[in-house]
Amino acid sequence: MPHDHSDPDHPHALLPPDPALRVKALETILTRKGLVDPAALDEIIDTYQNRIGPKNGAQVVARAWSDPAFLDRLRADATAVISDLGFFGRQGEHIVVVENTPQLHNMVVCTLCSCYPWPLLGIPPGWYKSDAYRARAVREPRKVLAEFGIILPETMAVRVWDSTAEIRYLVIPMRPEGTEGLSETELAALVTRDSMIGTGLARTPE
Amino acid sequence: MSDKPEPVFSAPWHAQAFALTVHLNETGRFAWTDWAARFGANLARHGLERDLDGGDDYFHVWLETLESLLEEDGSAGRAEAEHMRAEWERAYITTPHGMPVRLGR
Repeated sequence: MPHDHSDPDHPHALLPPDPALRVKALETILTRKGLVDPAALDEIIDTYQNRIGPKNGAQVVARAWSDPAFLDRLRADATAVISDLGFFGRQGEHIVVVENTPQLHNMVVCTLCSCYPWPLLGIPPGWYKSDAYRARAVREPRKVLAEFGIILPETMAVRVWDSTAEIRYLVIPMRPEGTEGLSETELAALVTRDSMIGTGLARTPE
Repeated sequence: MSDKPEPVFSAPWHAQAFALTVHLNETGRFAWTDWAARFGANLARHGLERDLDGGDDYFHVWLETLESLLEEDGSAGRAEAEHMRAEWERAYITTPHGMPVRLGR
């Protein structure tokens, strides 16, 4: 088995796990054929590791809470509005916003694989990609929500949206009470990643 | 589920497999919808055997999908990929600890 720590007695470089060697093999082959630019790979990793994440989505939600005209435009064509804010690119081709209300809770899944609005939320968390979530979100959403600590009143309907490679959803959670007068920046800090997937609620200010 | 920051990729090779796939899509090797359909079908097939955890499991299927796609379109055949994988393994084993690992030509 490969080691994942430094070992001064180890005579040779630590051998990466099998899949890591297979990825390196593909990368080398394709680079030598001129099909891949290694610098572009580094740029992609850096973007998703360091630059794109749920902060983008939180900014959109905070603005939607604060500015009714903006919310109207989001409802009409979220892809265009979000792209105007500079959040465009991969996996952001067609974004639809779904709004939580006192009567309706929305939650998002991708039963096929893990389609997700990358420009707004970054790379999906492990649980979003797991078989358990992908299978159960549709079948027993209330039970799944309860495991995330969300118990909804019986009177509130739950709607589950199945993302695809062509269409991705962003949940606009309900604005927490007691947030009147907060700035967009302060509001954005209350918007969690999970609240935009629908497996959480926005935080209430302390 | 807590909202504390977690690493975007839990292993470096997850990030590399991801980046390679995104790059190949962007340079026109395949459409993302085709990728998602193949990957989804492979996930479903593997998921019949046992529940996949969304981490290593998920990226194993991802890599397998990428390998078969590149084999089919002829850009990296299976034998070629296996040979190159062995080359990398040899490079690691023959490089003294602490030295940069490079492929022999």
